[in-house]
Order: sequence, then structure tokens, then C-alpha cells
Amino acid sequence: MNPFSSGTRLRDMIRAIRACKTAAEERAVVRKECAAIRSSISENDQDYRHRNIAKLMFIHMLGYPTHFGQMECLKLIASAGFPEKRIGYLGLMLLLDERQEVLMLVTNSLKQDLNHTNQYIVGLALCALGNICSAEMASDLASEVERLLLTRDPNIKKKAALCSIRIVRKVPDLAENFLSPAASLLKEKHHGVLIAGIQLCTDLCKVSADATKHLRKNCTEGLIRILKDVSNSSYAPEYDIAGITDPFLHIRVLRLMRMLGQGDADTSEHMNDILAQIASKTESNKNAGNAILYECVETIMGIEETSGLRVLAINILGRFLSNRDNNIRYVALNMLMKAITVDSQAVQRHRTTILECVKDSDASIRKRALELVFLLVNDTNAKPLTKELIDYLEVSDQDFKGDLTAIICSIIEKLFQEKKWYIDQMLKVLSLAGSYVKDDVWHALIVAISNGPDLQGYSVRSLYKAFQTSFEQVSLVRVVVWCIGEYGEMLVGNVGVLEVEELMTVTESDTVDVLEACLTGHSSDFTTRSMSLIALLKLSSRFPSTSERIKEIITVHKGSIVLELQQRAIEFNSIIQRHENIKSSLVERMPVLDEPAYMVKKANSSQENIVAGKSSQTSLAGTSVKLPNGVAKPPAAPLVDLLDLSSDDAPVPPSTSKDFLHDLLGIDLTNSSSSGIVPSGGTDILMDLLSIGTPVQNDISTKIVSSNQGFAPTTKPTFPTTVQVLDLLDGLPSNGSVAGDQSPLYPSITAFQSSALKIMFSFKKHPENPQVTEIHATFMNLLSDAYTDFVFQAAVPKFIQLHLDPASSNHLPANGNGTITQTLTVTNSQHGQKSLAMRIRMVYKVNNQEKLEQGQINNFPPGL
Amino acid sequence: MIRAVIVMNTQGKPRLLKFYEFQPPEKQQELTRSVFAVLSGRPDNVSNFVEADAIFGPGTRLVYKHLATLYFVFVFDSCENELAMLDLIQVLVETLDRCFKNVCELDIVFNFNKMHTILDEIIFGGQVLETSSERVLKAVEEISRLEKSASSVSFVPKSVSGRFGR
Repeated sequence: MNPFSSGTRLRDMIRAIRACKTAAEERAVVRKECAAIRSSISENDQDYRHRNIAKLMFIHMLGYPTHFGQMECLKLIASAGFPEKRIGYLGLMLLLDERQEVLMLVTNSLKQDLNHTNQYIVGLALCALGNICSAEMASDLASEVERLLLTRDPNIKKKAALCSIRIVRKVPDLAENFLSPAASLLKEKHHGVLIAGIQLCTDLCKVSADATKHLRKNCTEGLIRILKDVSNSSYAPEYDIAGITDPFLHIRVLRLMRMLGQGDADTSEHMNDILAQIASKTESNKNAGNAILYECVETIMGIEETSGLRVLAINILGRFLSNRDNNIRYVALNMLMKAITVDSQAVQRHRTTILECVKDSDASIRKRALELVFLLVNDTNAKPLTKELIDYLEVSDQDFKGDLTAIICSIIEKLFQEKKWYIDQMLKVLSLAGSYVKDDVWHALIVAISNGPDLQGYSVRSLYKAFQTSFEQVSLVRVVVWCIGEYGEMLVGNVGVLEVEELMTVTESDTVDVLEACLTGHSSDFTTRSMSLIALLKLSSRFPSTSERIKEIITVHKGSIVLELQQRAIEFNSIIQRHENIKSSLVERMPVLDEPAYMVKKANSSQENIVAGKSSQTSLAGTSVKLPNGVAKPPAAPLVDLLDLSSDDAPVPPSTSKDFLHDLLGIDLTNSSSSGIVPSGGTDILMDLLSIGTPVQNDISTKIVSSNQGFAPTTKPTFPTTVQVLDLLDGLPSNGSVAGDQSPLYPSITAFQSSALKIMFSFKKHPENPQVTEIHATFMNLLSDAYTDFVFQAAVPKFIQLHLDPASSNHLPANGNGTITQTLTVTNSQHGQKSLAMRIRMVYKVNNQEKLEQGQINNFPPGL
Repeated sequence: MIRAVIVMNTQGKPRLLKFYEFQPPEKQQELTRSVFAVLSGRPDNVSNFVEADAIFGPGTRLVYKHLATLYFVFVFDSCENELAMLDLIQVLVETLDRCFKNVCELDIVFNFNKMHTILDEIIFGGQVLETSSERVLKAVEEISRLEKSASSVSFVPKSVSGRFGR
């Protein structure tokens, strides 16, 4: 006897494990046991093999590795005693899987045991085979199993039948061998054998169309008889569950009938009577009875349409819905969901009951019912259903509100016929559950309001009213802020009053009160505050009387600890103080947002979201690369080759100020240049405006910095304004550039020269910030034709950040008679270690012919 | 097809794991934990059905029954009838009850072998084998009888000799 082999009994080991107070203790005990078992195995200790495997099974259940015991299982199976064999087979099923080669070694033992005289050993072998056999084993042992199907012992017979299912699944070609034995099993009297036989037939139908045909022809009658017998039979206590005779047999027969009836009208017709009998006669006060009814309904729905059976079936489900048992209601809803594709009219009749289920106390039933309601709404019942749901929203559970809100919103969005109804309902939802409304929903509302000029006044007034009572609903507040910013004067002046409205008086300072509350309220988040700030800027130009007060509010935020807010406050302050003349055009009302484009985008993004899970980030990154006027930037494919300088993947911090400049320009440019022309991607402006609030994630746009000049076709007419706008932002960086004359001088270089073009770079550095270099680029035309639409682009390696200011012009006169200048600011994060490098590309038109030049600049003076 | 039978206690400790499609032991533990996370969060007054798509793959559902300190969980695919599965849990529990005379968690912990034998007589390779707890019981009793008679000849003497050997 091995002195190290642990003498503990299985029971003692379980006790020891149970006594462990911590996971570490448990691990220690298991480790010790495993070590003992391993050494016992290596000693080839036969006495304890049986016990070792029993222990390993317990250890396996706790999740520890037990592969070292696999061979032991095979040895146990090969031994003669029943207890050894039993544990061996149990271990085989638990510890091994069909993919392991070890398993092949067991085929022989299995074959012997399948031919054993002891029926229990045959049973064990069948059980193991049915649980883990691989395709090879299936082919090797199929004939043995086939033979066992014909034995007289019912215990062996039923196991052999179920084992055949596994074999047929592994090797579908064997199906025809099993067909006739399976069909003859249907004539058995023993319930267990019948159930197993029917399951085998069902599986044969799944793998082979021939089998379906054969069984349909020969067995339909038999199945109907079984069902008749079992449902009419007198009390049979052995197979009785809660007073129903053998519900499992019922269910299996019904399932096989469904497979046979599908796609065959005659067979379906044949089953008609018995299905009707079961549907109407089965008692429905017990779970077992309902299980039969449920299966019966599924069969009626599955087979070909026959007379009034379907209505009967759906009525059974309707009855289920008012059952007190949660489980029954749950399956009924599930089934109705499937039935709706078959006969939606019949399901509609139970609408009120389904609606009641939305208010169920069981969350999973509520959720099902809600999904079903969503499938049931159509043009005719949308209004009353929405009303019901919104009423319920008020009293529903907190954790259900999210789902409920989402469904209500999509019903409203999908089925509204008049805009006023849409706005009214959305307003109700926003004020009841605004915190649960998703961003794209309230964005859509804003787009809709922007597109309904006759409803804007009404909307802003209703929103104002709703805000008074529901100021804690985030999404509502945002819509209110946006609408007051845009349509504040309609609120004060009572513009476009509808007949149904009650008049109210709102003063200019009331509106500012609202915005101030949103800006300073502690429940407002960052997005809401940013939006409020913009709305205030807009109001200050609409309501001159309040501008002093607004200026004060904005001034307070110059000290905000949130960088974004502080920056905006400083910029807005500068607009109010120094640029009164352009303020009104700067903050004019937004152009009408492009509704169809937004809908397409929304649909796409929601699809994207489904695909990429919760990747709102990716969709944002996709949308945030924009042009000044909101036209989506064409994918920067041509620039990609410029980027191959940047080999290492250090992320570049996004430059938000530049983005904001885009935003500002966007508002400005579209208003002053293309008055009345709606830019094609108008909704992006909305996005721009909103993106102020969301952290900027457009790493693409910072890597590929291209000059604003690049978009000359649209910016051209408004060029002077652009400069002015830049001008007003000058206040920020210029503070730091006072000491410019002390900086070391770097020689100017000719960065690029071709037959057509010459580019000079001159450099300026601030001593307090050696990483930053300001480069002044001068472009000169060497040809005799003027260049138009001149665009300069540059790319730098990742360790360098590049910022391009707008160029002085996009028109380059001929023969060097004029120049374009442009300022580039580069920040070399590895200053002193690596020198600057840059790839450039120039695109321009000569006599309306597009030209492209590119090159690499390596001759930067050292020390930059 | 039934995919798995899980019995665990209300602390999430597995008491019986039977997967009819092979899962490596780590995966078995992970699945058990996810099932427990779902079940422990469910109040008493809700239905016994849970969609298990997120845990066991698309189309799977689970039925559970909470009895004393144990959860009995059956995981199955769309071919099975949920209500019938609920009855099948009942069959299993009744059989255990008759086998152990008022079954409790400890019986199952110390006799998990026997649990497997009982389960193998009710569910076979993911298919329903027998639904009469009387017949199941008969088969199980026959197996234990065989076991005893065999071990009285071969097994017990060995273990006795083993005890002397130590």
C-alpha cells in the first residue's frame, strides 16, 4: 500500500472541503487530495481507483482540473465489477469529451458491455454512448444499438432509442437504418419506450426528408391513435402528473405531429379532429394540462391551415393571459408573438388583455407584453395605445421605465400622422421620463420642431410650461434649452398661437431665468450647461434688454473649472464685448435641419449600434470629422499615404479649440454666405453644436490636419469674415507671444521647389516653450498662369502635433506677383531628440485643370 | 434538447452539474456563475422562465425551481416545451424526495453519485427518458442493489484490508 495515498474516504473529503472557510483553504485541500490521487494513479493502485474517480468527479464539479484521471476511467470501465463499471462510466461522461483521442480507446469496452448479459451494464454503456459518442464511435457501434432496439426489455429499448438519436445526429447517413425500427417502436404499449420512440422519429424527421415522408405515410394514423388512447384512458397513476395522464407523451406526440403536418395539407386535415378534441377537452387548471394545451397550440400554428382551429388556438392563449400563474402568462405571450405572423387579426382581439400584462408585477412578463404591444400597434390603434402606455409610464417601476420609454418613443416616431400629436406625445414622455429618453430620440424631436415653422411657437411655449414642473428630466431640459435659444422670441411674443393654446405671459427675463437655472443648477450636467451657455449667447442678441445680465452670467463662467465651459465663456465674452457688429449674424437662428438626412443617419447609426454593441464612440468618431459649414468631410483617403511617416501609435490629444472654431465658423458662414440655401448636411450643424458637450473624440481629424483653405469653394465668398472671427480669438494665444524677439533665430529655408511652385518656411520659437515652433509658410507661383483653389496639406509623424491656421487666400497670382501665406504651429513632443519632418501636398487648379504636387521636407534647421 | 441540468444552492455553490454538450470545467463554472447571477436577482413572485441567450447561446431558455436552499435549473433549446420542463423538474425532485426520504441539500452533497444515477434514468443525452418517478426509482434501486451485492464480495474487504495496511 502506498504510504502517501490518502486514506480519506469520499465522504471525509467532502466534509473536509465543506469545512473550509476560505477559497484558499479549499484550494489547499483539493491540491492535497489531487496529489494523493495522482500518486495513487502512478502506483497503479487498483484498490482505490474506484474511490479516486468518485473524488475526482466531486473535484471536477468544483471546477478544478481533473484530466489526469481520464485513463483511470477507462481502466474502471474495463474491469469486471459492476460498481467499478458504474463509476467508470459516470466519470467518462463527466471528465471526458468527444474530442479527445482517449475516447477511441473505450470503443472496445463499450462494444463488449453493449453485449453484456446484465441489462444494467448494457444500460450504463448505452447511457455513456448516448452522452458522449463521437462520429467514429457512432459508426462503429450503430449496429449494436440497432440490435438493442429490438430487445424485449423496455429499459434497454428506451435507452437504445435515445442513443440512436445521438448516433443519427453525429452521422445523419445512418438515419435510414433506424427508420423501420423507430416506426415499430410507435406500436409499443410501454409509455417510456413510446416517448423515446417518438423522440427518435422526431429527430429522424429533422435529418432526413425521406424519413419524414415515410413516417407521414405510415405513422400518422398510429400517432392519432396513441393520442386518442392516452387522452381518453382512465386513471393511470404511474404516469400521472397532477391528474393528467402522461403529459410528456401528449407533448411528444403533438410535436411529432407538427413535424409531419408541416407542409402537407392532407396530413394536417387528418389531425384536425384530435387536435380540436385536445384543445377543447384538456383541463387547464393545472400546469401539466396547460403544458399540453400549449404544445397543442404550437402544433395548430405549425401545421397547415385547417378550418377554425387557429382561432381556437389563439383563444386558448387569450385565456392563458388571464391565468393567475406567471409561467402560463409568460408562455402565452411568447406564443402570441409567434402567432402574430400567422394571424394578426386574431391576436388583435386580445389587445386589451395583453395591455394589462404590460402592467404585470413580473418584470419578464411586462417586457414580453411590451414587445408584443409594439408588434400590435398600427395606424388605427396607435393613439389609444400610446395614451394607455403613457398613462402607465407615470406609475410604472423605475427599472421598467427605460424599456417602456424606448418602446413608446419608437411607437410615436413610427406611427405619428400629424406633427402636433408627435410633439405633444414626445413632450409628455419627456416630462414623465425625460431621463430615460435616448439622445437620438430628442435629437429627432429637435429636427422635427425645426422643420415645422407653424409649430415652433407652440412647441417652445409647451416646453416652457413642461419645464416648470419637470425640470429634473435631463432630456426635457436640453430640448427646452435648445428651443428657447432658437425660438425664445416666439415664447415671449406669443408668435403663432394655435387655437387650443392658453395664452400666457412670459417676459424676456423669465426666459433668461430658465437658462440661468439650467446653467447653474447642480443637477445639470456638462452637456446641458454648454447648451445653456450657447442659448444665452443667442438670447443676448435677440433680447437687447437682457444682454447686460447675460454678460454677467457668462462672465461668471470665465472661471469655470470645466475647461470647455471656461473656454466658451471667454470666447462668448469676447464676442459680446468686442464684436457687437457681427454678433447678430453670428448667432442667428439655425437653418432648418435636414429631416430626411437625419432620419437616414439615425437609422444607420442605430444599425451600427446594433452591430457594434454599445459603440457610440465609433459612430461619433465617424461623424465628427466635419467641414466648417457642416458638410461631412469626404473620407481622407488621398491623405492616407501622407500618414505613413507616422509609424508609432502614440495618440495625439485632440485639439478642441480648433473644432470649436469650426463650429463657430459653421454658424457664421452658412448664415452670411448662403442665405436661404440649406447646406446639404445641415443636421451636422446640430451635431456640431451638440458635440460641444460631448468629449471630442475625432482623433482622425487631428492626425490629418488640413487647412481650412481646402474648402475654398464654400468659404470663398465669406473670406473676410473668417479672418475677423479668427481675429477675435487672437486674444488667447497672443498673451504668450510677447517675448518673441528673445527667441533664437533660425534661418529660413526653401522647403519645396518645383518648376511650378516654391514654398519658403520661416521659423519662430518661444523660449519658454521650446517644443513649439511657429512656421510661416510662403507660397509662390512660378508659372505664368494663376492658380485657383489652392490647398496646402501637411502630415507629420505621431510625435509631432501640427496645427494649421487658415491660409491668407486660395488664389495664387502668376509669375510670383503675389504670395499666399499660412501659419503652421508644430509641437515636437520629442524636442531635442528627434528633428522635425513633414510631408506636404499641394492641390490647385491651373486653367481649371487640377494639379497635385507633393514632397517631403527634411531640411529643417536643427534644434526645432 | 436539454442542454444542461444544474443544481446549486442559494449561495451559488454547485451541487450537481450535468452538461449534455461538452463544456470544459472552467466554462462550466463560468456558466454556473452567470446562471446564479441571474437567478439570485429574481424575486419570488416572478415566472420560472428566463431567456438564456446571453449565457448559453441564441434560442436557449432556462427553467428553474427554487426549493428550500436549492435551485434546480434546466437549460434547453427551442425544441422543448417550457411548461413540460417545469414538470420534469418536478419529476426529478419527487424522485429525489422518495429516494432520500425528505431530501435536503446535505443528501445531495454526499450522494452526488446517486444523484447522477437518478438523473441518468430521467434524462438521457439531453432527451427525456422516463417521466414516471416510480419507474426511475425502481431502476435506481436495482442499481444500488447490484452495487451492494458486488461490493460485499469485492470492494468492502479491500477497503478493510486497506485500513489495516495504513
